[in-house]
Amino acid sequence: MGQFLYLYRMTDAARQENMGSPERAQQSMQRWMAWMNELDKKGHLKDRGQPLERTGKVVRGQQKTVTDGPFTETKDLVGGFTLVEARDIDQAVELSRGCPILEGGGSVEVRPVMKMDM
Amino acid sequence: MELSEHLFRRESGRLVAALTRIFGVHNLALAEDVVQDAFCRALEVWKVRGIPDNPGAWLMAVAKHRALDIVRRERTARTFAPELTRVLESEWTLAPAVEEAFAGSTIRDEQLRMMFSCCDRRLPEEVQVALVLNVLCGFAAPEIAAAFLTTRAAMEKRISRGKKTLAESKRLFDLADAEFPARLSAVRRALYLLFNEGYHGASAEAAVRTELCAEAIRLTMLLVEVAQTASPETLALAALMHLHAAKLPARLDAAGDLNPLLEQDRSRWDAGLVQEGLQLLDRSASGDEISAFHVEAAIAAAHATAHSVEETHWDAIVGLYDRLMTIAPSPIVALNRAIAVGQRDGPEEGLESLHAIADTDRLGHYPFYPAAIAEFERRRGNLDEAREHFSTAVRLARSPVERRYLEARVRECGAERIRT
Repeated sequence: MGQFLYLYRMTDAARQENMGSPERAQQSMQRWMAWMNELDKKGHLKDRGQPLERTGKVVRGQQKTVTDGPFTETKDLVGGFTLVEARDIDQAVELSRGCPILEGGGSVEVRPVMKMDM
Repeated sequence: MELSEHLFRRESGRLVAALTRIFGVHNLALAEDVVQDAFCRALEVWKVRGIPDNPGAWLMAVAKHRALDIVRRERTARTFAPELTRVLESEWTLAPAVEEAFAGSTIRDEQLRMMFSCCDRRLPEEVQVALVLNVLCGFAAPEIAAAFLTTRAAMEKRISRGKKTLAESKRLFDLADAEFPARLSAVRRALYLLFNEGYHGASAEAAVRTELCAEAIRLTMLLVEVAQTASPETLALAALMHLHAAKLPARLDAAGDLNPLLEQDRSRWDAGLVQEGLQLLDRSASGDEISAFHVEAAIAAAHATAHSVEETHWDAIVGLYDRLMTIAPSPIVALNRAIAVGQRDGPEEGLESLHAIADTDRLGHYPFYPAAIAEFERRRGNLDEAREHFSTAVRLARSPVERRYLEARVRECGAERIRT
C-alpha cells in the first residue's frame, strides 16, 4: 500500500460554468459527496485534505520577488487536495476516475507520496 | 449529513432578496454574484469537510461577510440601497443593518417586494413569470427555457429585459404604494400562470413540472403568510393550487405522460394537499366578493372530494362553470363547461354544448377542443368521426407530451373500430 496525493485542478472558467446554476451546484455537490463517501467506505481516504483559496502570492528566484495571485500564467489552478491510500499508482489512478471534477472539465493530478523506508 | 433537495436553488432566492435589500435593486447583478460566490465556496469547502449541520446558515454567513466587505470597500464609489444610505455609511450601523437584512421576517418581506417588482405592468406576463423563476426561485435561463420549450438565447433575452426594468426602478416595490391592489392581482396572475405551466405545461419531465407547481405554491404561501397580501382571493388561489397539485402524482407518470382526470387512479392523489386545499378554500370564503379563483377552487374541490367519476357531482360542477362564465367568460371555460354537461347528461348533450360555444375561433388552435368533440363522438359510437377529430387535435398539439397523449387516442379509436 502506498499513499497518493490527488491535486484537483480546474480553470476559473470551468469552475464558473460548473456553478452555472444553483441546481447544477447542488448536483455537483452531491456527486462529490458520493465519490468521497465511496473512497472513505472502501478505506482509501487517508486525509480529506483542504480547499485552497484561488488567490495568494508567489515568491520566486534569488531576488525573492513576490507576485500576487491569481496566477494567470497557470491555466489549471489547484483548488484543493486529498490524500488517499492505494495498492499502487494504477489503483490510485483507477480510483480517481470517479472524481466529479473530470465531468466539469477539470483534472486530477495523481502523485505518489515518496516512501521514506526505501 | 445529506443535502436537502434543491437547497441551493431555494437559498438563492432568499439570499438574493436579502442582499438586494442592502445593495439596492439596481445592483441585482452584484447580489447574484455574491450568491454565486457563496455557492462556489460552499462547494469547495463542503466537498472536503462534509456538509455542515445547517447548510443554509453557513451560506448566509458567507453572504453576509461578503456583503459587509463590499459595502466597506465600495461605499464611496457605489450607491447602495437608497433607503439605507445613511445606515451603511457608519461602522456603528452597518453590521446591524446587514444582520437585519438577513433576519427571517425581513427575507420573507423582501422576497414579497421582489415578487411585486417582478410583476411590473411594463413587462409582458411571460417576462414576469421568467423573472420570478430566475430571481426568486433560482432557476437559470437554460432550465427555464427547457421547461417552456424555448431556446436558451430567447430565455436569456427575456430575463435580461426583465432585469433591466427591475434595475431602473431603483428600489423594490413598496407594499404601501397606491398601486398595491393592482400589483397584487398581477402577482397572483403570474403565480397562476407559473402553476399552470407546471400543471399543463410543455416540459416532458414530470419532475420539472412538479417543481414549477411546488414553487408556485411556495411563493403563494408567502403571500398567505402576510396579512396585507392574504386577501380572500389570494387564499382562493392557494386553495386552487393545493387541490390541483394533489392530483399531480396520478396525472403524470414517470415519463411525463398525461393521464386525464377521468382515468386517474384516485388513490394516488395526495390526501394531505387536498385537506390543506379545502382548509384554504374555507378561509377564502371570508370576503363578500367571489373571484374566478374561488370558483375554480370550488370546481377543483368538487373533483378532489369525489371518490370516482361516477360519484362526482357533475350537476354542481356545471353550476360552478355557469358561474365562472359570468365572472370570467372565455372559450376555454365554455369548453370545460360543455365537458361537464356531457358527463352529467350524456355525449349528445355534451356535443350540443360544445357546438354551442360562441367564439370557437379562439379555440381554433387549442387541441383539446377537437379532442373533446372526438371523445363524445367516440362515446356515441361514431368511431370514424372520433378518429378524425383526434387526428385534428394531434396536429394542434403544442408539446410532445400532448402529442403522445392524443396519438394514443387516435390509435385507441382505430383499435376499437376493429373490435366492433
